[in-house]
Amino acid sequence: MALQDVSQDVGQPKVAIFNDPKVRGWVYQVVLLVAIVYLVYAGVQNMFANLAAQNIASGFGFIGRNAGFAISQSLLEYSQAESSYGKVYMVGLLNTVSIAFIGVILATVMGFIIGISRLSHNFVVRSVATIYVETFRNIPLLLHIFIWYFGVLRLLPQPKDSANLGLLGLLNNRGWFAPKPIPQELFFLTAAAFVVGIVLTFVISRWARQRQGKTGQQFPTFFAGLGLIIGLPFVIFLISGLPLVFDYPVAGAFRPKGGMTVIPEFMAMLLALSSYTAAFIAEIVRAGILAVDKGQTEASHALGLRSGPTLRLVIIPQAMRVIIPPLTSQYLNLTKNSSLAVAIAYPDLVSVFAGTALNQTGQAVEILGMTMLTYLGLSLLTSAFMNWYNARMALVER
Amino acid sequence: MTRKILSAIVGTAVLGLAAGTASAATLDDVKGKGSLQCGVSQGLPGFSNPDQDGNWSGLDVDFCRAVAAAVFGDSSKVKYTPLSAKERFTALQSGDVDVLSRNTTWTMSRDTALGLNFSVVNYYDGQGFMVRKDMGINSALELSGASICTNTGTTTELNVADYFRANKMDYELVAFEKADEVVAAYDAGRCDVYTTDQSGLYAQRLKLKDPGAHVVLPEIISKEPLGPVVRQGDDQWLNIIKWTHFAMLNAEELGVTSANVDEMKNSDNPSVKRLLGTEGEFGGAIGLSNDWAYNIIKEVGNYAETFDKNVGPDTQLGIARGANAQWNDGGLQYGPPIR
Ligand SMILES: N[C@@H](CCC(=O)N[C@@H](CS)C(=O)NCC(=O)O)C(=O)O
Repeated sequence: MALQDVSQDVGQPKVAIFNDPKVRGWVYQVVLLVAIVYLVYAGVQNMFANLAAQNIASGFGFIGRNAGFAISQSLLEYSQAESSYGKVYMVGLLNTVSIAFIGVILATVMGFIIGISRLSHNFVVRSVATIYVETFRNIPLLLHIFIWYFGVLRLLPQPKDSANLGLLGLLNNRGWFAPKPIPQELFFLTAAAFVVGIVLTFVISRWARQRQGKTGQQFPTFFAGLGLIIGLPFVIFLISGLPLVFDYPVAGAFRPKGGMTVIPEFMAMLLALSSYTAAFIAEIVRAGILAVDKGQTEASHALGLRSGPTLRLVIIPQAMRVIIPPLTSQYLNLTKNSSLAVAIAYPDLVSVFAGTALNQTGQAVEILGMTMLTYLGLSLLTSAFMNWYNARMALVER
Repeated sequence: MTRKILSAIVGTAVLGLAAGTASAATLDDVKGKGSLQCGVSQGLPGFSNPDQDGNWSGLDVDFCRAVAAAVFGDSSKVKYTPLSAKERFTALQSGDVDVLSRNTTWTMSRDTALGLNFSVVNYYDGQGFMVRKDMGINSALELSGASICTNTGTTTELNVADYFRANKMDYELVAFEKADEVVAAYDAGRCDVYTTDQSGLYAQRLKLKDPGAHVVLPEIISKEPLGPVVRQGDDQWLNIIKWTHFAMLNAEELGVTSANVDEMKNSDNPSVKRLLGTEGEFGGAIGLSNDWAYNIIKEVGNYAETFDKNVGPDTQLGIARGANAQWNDGGLQYGPPIR
């Protein structure tokens, strides 16, 4: 009897529409969404009303206005006479991205070396790595930045006694002034050879992997790639008659003229950020390696693999799955920490845009809003990339 | 759930309404708190500088004390908020400080677009350059290609841009947020030149390892009228700030000092009588007691006294009155009459 009832109910539910859990769920979602949208709208509206009531300028008209101040490092063509606040934003953004990008690479390399060293069988190597981690991790980052900055400044000579690095240019406390390569007409051949080299290396490595899978025969892909990517363009470069001239910096009373400059603020910032973050990455790497079962090492040794290949081919790939998620947060930290650059006059986004531009225009709300969105965007991009990489590593699991 | 959302919506609506009726009476706020919150620099000798015990002194600090004397009859009722160049306007806009007395240049955009009002000029300044003596530089026009250290968020970085552009000279600007880092970086040799308001150069030079090894170049490349700033929309408070400065100027002109102010109360000079409140009702007109100016002079002194004590020729800064002399002495300081 009861059974019959149930089967009938399943066929055509006789629930009133406002009692249907599905419909109710939807209604709640929509109400919540509307409420959130209204809250945000009301907040923004309120803010603009307040700004207007206090006679504080608002709007985004300032973006096109001339900024009129100089910036010490710019990857774009920037002139204080003509460039707008919009350009200031771009210059600041690129300066932030470049320090974060190079910093992340450096921190990762250092972090892996130190993390692996912490597990070394060699007492000295292990202790040095441990001391490194414990000191660098436990000193506030701002202090690191100051120590590196004033350390770098003290260490480097005054412009009049610049250190001459020969082919590498000049070094003094205004920065490293490297010769600037100026490609001539035929240089495109070398560039093309470089691209061809990369493509060929890809093809070869695929072929080599497939062959190894089938026959077990190994192929020195690394050296072949090296030859193709570096050797080939170099030969072409020689044949086409060295189509590259260098603009050498010339020493003077003030900072050297010409060449490319790496300012000391960049060096200090890079050293501080990467050495600090490397300490954290080292711990993550160590934890990741320790998380791989000891049996894996033993099995790998039993198969006759030596320590190097064991680490490279067996341990690290498995450890990576544990390492990547916390590594992502370190990358995000490094990017956000780069905003401390303002302390030592490195012209990052916070310094030139949320600092100088904000002060000259007084438009705090707009400028801070843009800056926050930018950092959010950078972080989301980094996370997205790392999640993709993580998914790729996870797929290898069998 | 729905109830929560409803209350949130009502909440924002109330907030939105409340925002319209922001209170404007700074004087009442200050009296209610029992002290004046004054925005000053993070340490600029002669203008606003704390000693080891955290006691502030300087020309800008004396101005804060004078306002407190006018309002409370007690110049010690001031609390100081040290602000970097970058933070100062936001701190004033948001009401963290009641008045900004921090070597701040009066410019049109700051006076109009920030919701702030400049009041008076308590120090006429101009931007200058400082270099090491051993560089053998005698004029700013020899600085093409130089590296220049300065503060962000200042008029300084804009003036230097104009000057170098006008003279077709090239330069590298290294701009720090905090003045102490500018000094440290310049001292460490990062820059050939330190540029800021000339008074600031004399003050910051004292912080260098060897102050005698540096010279201030003769060129003055800008007008830097420095003075106290308040929020827009409170005319009474603006008047109090203005007339505090004018009272100190009038006192100097009339020969009233902190030492003789009590005797001067018996003076027959009607101008002195109006200043010291023995005749007329001038204090009441700005919401203060009638002895407001007497209190300023008694507790802090007239303009010449604070100038000489903080930055004058006998101090470490050794700055002459110059443009800051009285109008009848070849200067620009001019106190409108109290009548
Ligand atoms: N008068 C200029 C510059 C003011 C300024 O910030 N000067 C610096 C250098 S003298 C300063 O006061 N530093 C002291 C501090 O930041 O505490 C302006 O209003 O923009």
